Amino acid sequence: MLDYITSYLSSNTTPGQAGNVFWALVYIMIVFGGISVAVMAMNWLERKALAHFQIRLGPMRVGPHGLLQPIADAIKLMTKEDIIPAEADKFVFWIAPLIILCASFAIYIVVPFGPTHAITDLNIGILFMLGVSSLSVLGVVMAGWASNSHYPLIGALRSSAQMVSYEVAMGLAVVSAIVMTSLHGLGPYGVGVGTSGTGTLSMIGIVQAQQEQHVWFLFKFFPLGFIAFGIFAIAMVAETNRAPFDLPEAESELTAGFHTEYSGLRWSLFMLGEYAAMIAVSSIAVTLWLGGWYRPFPNTLTGDTWDLVFSLFPGLTFLALAAIAFVGVRRMPKHPYFRVQTIGLAGFGAVLGLIGLILFVPPVRDRIQDIYWFIAKVAGFMYLYIWYRATFPRYRFDQLMKVGWKVLLPIGIGVLILTAILGVVL
Amino acid sequence: MTDRTMFDLKPTDPKPADDKYLSHLELGEPDKTFLDTNELVINMGPQHPATHGVLRVILKLDGEKVLGTECVIGYLHRGVEKIAENRTYTMFNPYVDRMDYVAAVSNGLGYCEAVEKLLNIEAPPRAKYIRVILTELNRLASHQLWLGTHALDIGAMTPLFYTFRDREEILKIFEKYCGARLTTHAFRIGGCQYETYEGFERDVVKFLDFVPPKIDEYEELLTTNRIWLERTKNVGVISRADAIALGVTGPVLRASGVKWDLRKAQPYAAYSDFDFEVPIGANGDTYDRYTVRMEEMRQSLRIIRQAVEKIPEGPIMAKVPKVMKPPVGEIYHSIEAPKGELGYFIVSDGSTQPYRVRIRPPSFVNLQALDIMVRGALVADVIAVIGTLDIVLGEVDR
Repeated sequence: MLDYITSYLSSNTTPGQAGNVFWALVYIMIVFGGISVAVMAMNWLERKALAHFQIRLGPMRVGPHGLLQPIADAIKLMTKEDIIPAEADKFVFWIAPLIILCASFAIYIVVPFGPTHAITDLNIGILFMLGVSSLSVLGVVMAGWASNSHYPLIGALRSSAQMVSYEVAMGLAVVSAIVMTSLHGLGPYGVGVGTSGTGTLSMIGIVQAQQEQHVWFLFKFFPLGFIAFGIFAIAMVAETNRAPFDLPEAESELTAGFHTEYSGLRWSLFMLGEYAAMIAVSSIAVTLWLGGWYRPFPNTLTGDTWDLVFSLFPGLTFLALAAIAFVGVRRMPKHPYFRVQTIGLAGFGAVLGLIGLILFVPPVRDRIQDIYWFIAKVAGFMYLYIWYRATFPRYRFDQLMKVGWKVLLPIGIGVLILTAILGVVL
Repeated sequence: MTDRTMFDLKPTDPKPADDKYLSHLELGEPDKTFLDTNELVINMGPQHPATHGVLRVILKLDGEKVLGTECVIGYLHRGVEKIAENRTYTMFNPYVDRMDYVAAVSNGLGYCEAVEKLLNIEAPPRAKYIRVILTELNRLASHQLWLGTHALDIGAMTPLFYTFRDREEILKIFEKYCGARLTTHAFRIGGCQYETYEGFERDVVKFLDFVPPKIDEYEELLTTNRIWLERTKNVGVISRADAIALGVTGPVLRASGVKWDLRKAQPYAAYSDFDFEVPIGANGDTYDRYTVRMEEMRQSLRIIRQAVEKIPEGPIMAKVPKVMKPPVGEIYHSIEAPKGELGYFIVSDGSTQPYRVRIRPPSFVNLQALDIMVRGALVADVIAVIGTLDIVLGEVDR
């Protein structure tokens, strides 16, 4: 038994490939827990960032700078009365949020946080991802239908139409990235590195193809990779129903869209699913176009010195966060009322600083790097999501469909064809 | 113009309406309607985040397309006009502030001027100038609130907070002047109760310098934003003829290309002394109404600046009898409120209380245009149009 557990540690593959159920379960636990924590952190960050865009303070009361607000929210949502409308279809009403949740979390099975840090590496990873992520539309439709109410019904119809149409554009963009894995790279940052392509659907394989070709697919066949990435970046916002494509839950039109009738824990499952899906599609984008877990400039800034510099980033990030926390401590009001909060914030800063210091220790430093760069890239996308929400008005339904079918889809097809032609010609 | 028969959906087998309550929608058997037609009747409001209070709009939809609307109002009815019959002229003055509560100063101005006309007195010049300054500040505040909520309805969250930040400065001036921020009761019949406070002009000028960059900031967020353009251009179009026929006034009328502003057409208070433009639109769509209002904000600033520079010295209150007993007669006086023509029709029977007060609220009349503006549009456009009409339900229901 112990052998079974330890034998994996020396292997060089994901637990899924190694067929090690124990470590697969451990990875699943870590990923599930990590994503749940990330969703909570995202909740706080979104409220804070949005507030600062809008000259507000955001949550400030629960804990220092509202740091405990997500926990307070979670407790509130869990202890709320669980309401199922009298006319609702109870079973469907009950199962809809679970479907969305499962669909969002199942994507993480193939997300490669590092060369070996994935639950498994399916040889059809990207297809699995697209398939599973489009399952969530089923949950949305079920939620809208089961509520037996007009607003949720309209919200669900909008949502299904939207998700289905953006799936197509998204799929085309993904295919052009897959095509790139098997083509020689002649982007501006990979000129002259003629390698035999790998041609793979595996998530880890796609990242490795980018390494072999010495180019992020974002820059390959410039600007084709860029355009494909742009299509994906737009479609993924629509796919996750976020502003400016948040029509299904357009607050000012349909009150809350498909989850109008939901409250308490069930509603929080929708939110959890939505945020998990946001992180998941961002992970796809990072994997396909932004070089996955690889650090920036692996071609130009090479050598041991640069490796060392880049390996210091995780620790430095945490130290910077700790520094921000300590600045917050300094700026806390000196009134005794805030003493507990000040101590709490100082403690939080100390924990962050400690983590930062641990991340400087060489063995940890080397193991954590891949995950760090992956998460950092995903975090950039998360910030974009918030930024969009603070900036843009909302599209109207017909305009949304127009953008999907008449703009993104033709461009996507064109990019795919050009990519294929260029790959053959060059 | 408005097709009142649109909701007369005939049930497949009409039943005599003897024992069951028939709503004005007359849908027949509910399940039959759902199965037999493609139409969906939904209730927007009275509790809805985007109906600006307690407006209830009954929408008949074919998918997302609006086949017809019907507004149900009265949820905020407080009987303001009836109350007037039981109050003296002076006592009724604060009540008018509660109609359009985001432009209370304009309401008070209209009422005071109407009663002054009835009493045949005139406010002194200084009082008129103070009235103009405060009313124009209030127009700006009203437009800022409109912009914030309108943008929020269309999905842009951020302008709301920017406009509220800047509106706060206006409310501070009101508070310093008369102690109240929203329902100000700033004016009295015959002039103003309060002399301007020490540093009033300085505060106003400071505000005039503070706000133009802020207006540019709002425009930066919205005016050329592609999504904003798509959401507002050719949405809720009302033609010039329709606008006139429906009695629509204010920015909604001007956006349809009619140059009609009571401040120019029949100047009241001291408006004839000032130089300002009346912005008009061309297409009568939501975007034009947006640009017209944005320009109006700038013109208001122009008027305020001129008024502050030229404000005369002198008394602020005309000689008004302690007990007001206007001669028997009737009067109609209207002003250009931020939302349109605000008229007061007052009938006096010679006693201390008005015999009848009838108020012509701009929001109420403008709301009539909703139906023809959204017919054939999508649900999202209804929200945009309700926002662009700039209604305040306190004024619609009174």
